Amino acid sequence: MNSKLEDKEIHGESINRRAVDPHLWVSRYADYLYRYALERVQSEELAKDLVQETFLSALEKLMDFEGRSSEKTWLIAILKNKIYDNFRGKAAAFIHSNAQTGIDQERVFFNDDGHWNLKYRPLAFGLEDPDAIGNKEFHNILQKCLDKLPAMWLAVFVMRYMEDEKAQVICKELKVTASNFWVIIHRAKVNLRECLQKNWR
Amino acid sequence: MITKRKIRTDCEKATFLIEKRQMTKLTAYEYFYMKFHLTFCSMCRIFQKQSKLITQITKKILHLSDKSKFKLDEKFKEQLQALIEKKL
Repeated sequence: MNSKLEDKEIHGESINRRAVDPHLWVSRYADYLYRYALERVQSEELAKDLVQETFLSALEKLMDFEGRSSEKTWLIAILKNKIYDNFRGKAAAFIHSNAQTGIDQERVFFNDDGHWNLKYRPLAFGLEDPDAIGNKEFHNILQKCLDKLPAMWLAVFVMRYMEDEKAQVICKELKVTASNFWVIIHRAKVNLRECLQKNWR
Repeated sequence: MITKRKIRTDCEKATFLIEKRQMTKLTAYEYFYMKFHLTFCSMCRIFQKQSKLITQITKKILHLSDKSKFKLDEKFKEQLQALIEKKL
């Protein structure tokens, strides 16, 4: 009985020791973490910083690692937190700058009574849905339009479409109110659609 | 008081609800508002169709990354390695 227990402990310890090895982090995970970050923040410099910060916080939290998840999963979770921290900063800056300038950036799309400003009214793309989904050129234009969006809006899209987060979670992570969130989602889409219409037709 | 005329002309509110509906359930009132508006407004019907299309393609674009071949440069990796060794 006793020896069995001992065996188990020794065995458990050796697994943990194998599970975390910071000496090998760079060679094992650096590229993977970098790509993960790059897909979400779109800036090479920022992605690099995030990878570095991830390793540094992981070193500090080394004692907390219990081996319940793999080392890789654990590092990704830390990185994801860092990415969300960054998004939160963008959200705060966005809301702050809008509050300061008092400019309602969407207003131009709609008249005072809420009706479409005829200059920006939606016109058919002249392309049926299934065709658009497979159309490379259409994708490229949408990509360019996405790149032009304020960082904050892109952050919301990433959380929504890549991470598949629910509205509630996004609000909590970004520390924005639900009503602000819906306004952001609406504005982003109205802008994106207009950009697509302008460049496609 | 919100009149039917107001509902018919307020495309801003209608498009807002169209977006909201793609992520969450609308209240009965909101749903009625949106449906009623769409009955009269061909522009917002176009918007609704295109908005869903944009959602679909954006999802695809974000997932289908051409960044899978990206790698960190060796110099940066060396710096990272040195940093970790120093902290250990």
